[in-house]
Parts: sequence; structure tokens; C-alpha cells
Amino acid sequence: MEAQEPHRILVVPGEAFAEGDYKISTPGYIIRAGNKYIATVVGLAQINEEGKELSLIPLEGCYVPQAEDLVIGYVVDVGMTSWEVDIRAPFTAVLYAVDFLGRPVNPAREDLGDYLAVGDTVLAKVEVFERNRGPILTTKGKGLGKIIQGTIVEISPVKVARVIGRKGSMHQLLEGETGCEVVVARNGRILVRCPNRELEDIVIMAILKIEREAHIPGLTDRVKEFIIREKVKRGLIGGEAKTN
Amino acid sequence: MERPRLIREDGLRHDGRRPDELRPVKVSVGVLNKASGSALVEYGATKVLAAVHGPREIPLRHLLLPDRAIIRCRYHMLTFSTHERKSPVPSRREIELSKVIRESLEPVVMTEMFPRAAIDVFIEVINADGGTRTASVTAASLALADAGIPMRDIVVGVAVGKVNGVLVLDIDEVEDMFGEADMPVAVAPSLGMVTLLQLNGVLTREEFAEALKLALRGASQIYGIAREALRSNYMKVRVEE
Repeated sequence: MEAQEPHRILVVPGEAFAEGDYKISTPGYIIRAGNKYIATVVGLAQINEEGKELSLIPLEGCYVPQAEDLVIGYVVDVGMTSWEVDIRAPFTAVLYAVDFLGRPVNPAREDLGDYLAVGDTVLAKVEVFERNRGPILTTKGKGLGKIIQGTIVEISPVKVARVIGRKGSMHQLLEGETGCEVVVARNGRILVRCPNRELEDIVIMAILKIEREAHIPGLTDRVKEFIIREKVKRGLIGGEAKTN
Repeated sequence: MERPRLIREDGLRHDGRRPDELRPVKVSVGVLNKASGSALVEYGATKVLAAVHGPREIPLRHLLLPDRAIIRCRYHMLTFSTHERKSPVPSRREIELSKVIRESLEPVVMTEMFPRAAIDVFIEVINADGGTRTASVTAASLALADAGIPMRDIVVGVAVGKVNGVLVLDIDEVEDMFGEADMPVAVAPSLGMVTLLQLNGVLTREEFAEALKLALRGASQIYGIAREALRSNYMKVRVEE
């Protein structure tokens, strides 16, 4: 097999794409029937002949929470001691007031709506997600908490991996080329904070371009070219913008 | 309506098809952007639109299952889909077909991945010319695949009928009305599984075996088209310059 670029095949549900003995690194997206391996979603299958491993990157799908995931959620309900947060998963998540405020709350004396109201945006981490109850969020950590400034771009959750890139390369490119702060949450919501409106437009357009062309190789180079071209178009010449 | 000649002297059917020939099948996937997944399927003049929402939480807690997602399915014919206006109220037939289509999808959808959630499938028949339930099954499973819901296989539906004593594939409305038998079948071809089998009318044992074989052959043709449609969605997106 080829050495550098891993060999990828576009598969659809029910398609047997490998035969033999392999390890499945993305369970749920690949099932074994006899000694055949069947894809269960539309995606790009990758066969690693050396490690005898199969993986599948889905091209469609919803966000399935996992512990430690960074997510951006919207508060949909204020409870007595917790908030319910929409994180684009099949289930709404819970954020406990004890966790968010860092101290115990007395529901008789305090109204949680004073801290986070319906419609507010929070950057949080998934603390636990067990199958028998909804995901629980935590805002303990650097930069986590209520979001008060910036723009949120929504993309398909399965394309998030491409916005981050291999070892964060795409993410670095987006931040480095534009000087914006880009927070990529696993549930497909991306927070963008930019020094000015033009750069914000460019970053958003670049992110949407990544979403559209996620499955076509050579993405990083194309995005870099795209950003430079847009900057020239708007009179923000490359060198100037980089000093931001 | 007058009874037309269903099998002509040259052995072809009233619309010029061979007995084992499908109507032209057209499939497009991802036609709606508010739904999680969608598909538009045409078998000749029969036109069916399916949309999938979810997996999502629903307020009806008593319906949810602790170990897997539930599938809720609605098959509905639009008022202008038939010769005479069809009342938009779900009829007995539509409620039954909703159940039958749901049951034909349940064996392939990996509902165990989304416990306590619901997957909603909405099917609208835009134009009815026979074989709406089979086209609905195909459309629904493609919409599910488009929504990215893990499935063991794509299910495709096709009907076999008997007209003037001849077994014919993919019968249309006229053949259904004046024929002797109608047998809708839904198949998951890669798994070799039949998920829906109904039979209206009378077939001998031999005829049944022959009809099933015919259906499987027709299904595998539609399966090929369906897979290609899913794939072409991604082939189409080219790098913009």
C-alpha cells in the first residue's frame, strides 16, 4: 500500500469494503459480518494494512457526546439547581450550578436565571456521558464559561475534525493567517473572535469552505490560498494582517 | 376506468415494458436542508419524498426505550397525488403503511446507538402511480443514510405482480387495479434479508418462488442506483476556484 497518504474509499451503508482480520478503531461505524467488514454510514473508510486496522470518517451525522469534548451550548431551561443546555446532541445536557458557580446554591434564596438565562451561550466540557442519562457539562477549566463576545458559526459536527486538521494544522492556519481567535467545539459550533469585521468574514467563509470540501484532499493548501486571496481582495495585504 | 390490455400480443406490458423490467428509477439524496436527511425517489410516475429528523429527544417520555431509539414513521399521501382529491386526514391504509414501512426499516437501523432518543421519518407521496409503499421504503432508508444514522444496510422496495397470468416486476397503478396479485417486497440486499413481504391476491407456490426471485433481482438493480445516488452527492462537490 502507499506509504504517506492513507488510502481512503467513499463508502455507503451496507458496503463491504474489507475482508480478513482487522481491528476496528471506529466501532459503530463499521460492523463485522463473517469475515467481511461493512460500513454503516456514508463516509471515508481507511484501511491500514500494516496495523491491520480499519477506520471510518463519517460524512453525515449528528453529534454524539463523549467525555472531555469541548462543546458550545445554548441554555434552553433554567432549573432550581441546574441548567439545561442544548449541545446539538440527541439529548439535552445538564450543567449543575455547583459546578458553574463553584459553590453550593440555595434555590430558596437565589435565582439561577441571574447567572445564565435562557438563550445564553456557554463554552463547556462534557464531564460524563453515560447511556442511561443525559450528558453532564462542566465549566471548570481555562476559558470555559459563559460566552459574552464573538460570533458563532455552525457546521456539521462530523466535519469538525477537518477544521482542526491533523495535529491542529488547520486550526493554526486559520488563527495564524487572520489573527482571529477560533474556538472549535466538538459539536460543530465554532466561536470566532476577530480584531475587525473583514477578518471575521474571511474566517467564516474559510470555515464554510472547509465544511463543503471536507472530503476532498489538499484542503489545507486550498484554504490558505483562499484566505490570502480574500485578504488581497479586501485590501488587507498579507504582511500587514500577519502583524496583528 | 375501462380495463386496458395488460399484456399485449408481443408479450410486452401496457406501457411497453418487458415483464421483468423496472420503470425508470430516479433517486436524489439530500434535497431538503432543514431536515437531518432527505431523499426523493421516483419509480416511473410514482414520486415520493422522505425526510428524517433526529435522533432527538421527544417530550413523550412514555414512548422512549431505555436501550435503543424508537423510530416513528408517517406515510402520507398529498391531496393532489391521486386522480381524485385525497383527504389529507390519515386514512386506515396510511396508518397501516406507516407501521409496515417502519417495521421494514427497524431491522437495519442501529437504534441501539441512541438509547432514549427518537428518529422521525416523514414520507410524503407527491404522485401516486402504484408501488408507493415500496418507493417509500427506498426513500426512507436513503433519507436515514443521508442523516448519517448508522444502518446495517440500505433497504430497497420493489413490487411484483401478476397480470393476465404473467409475473411482472414493479407494477404500476393500472396493473395493480386490474391484475390478479400484488406482492410488495423490501430487501436489504447486502445482508440478504427480506424486511417486508406482503401479498395481495393469489399466487401458486411456484409462482410465489418465481415472484420472489424476480423481486430480488429488481431490488438489486434499484440498490445499485440508490448507492450511486448516495455517493454522487459527494462526487458532485468539486473544488471551487
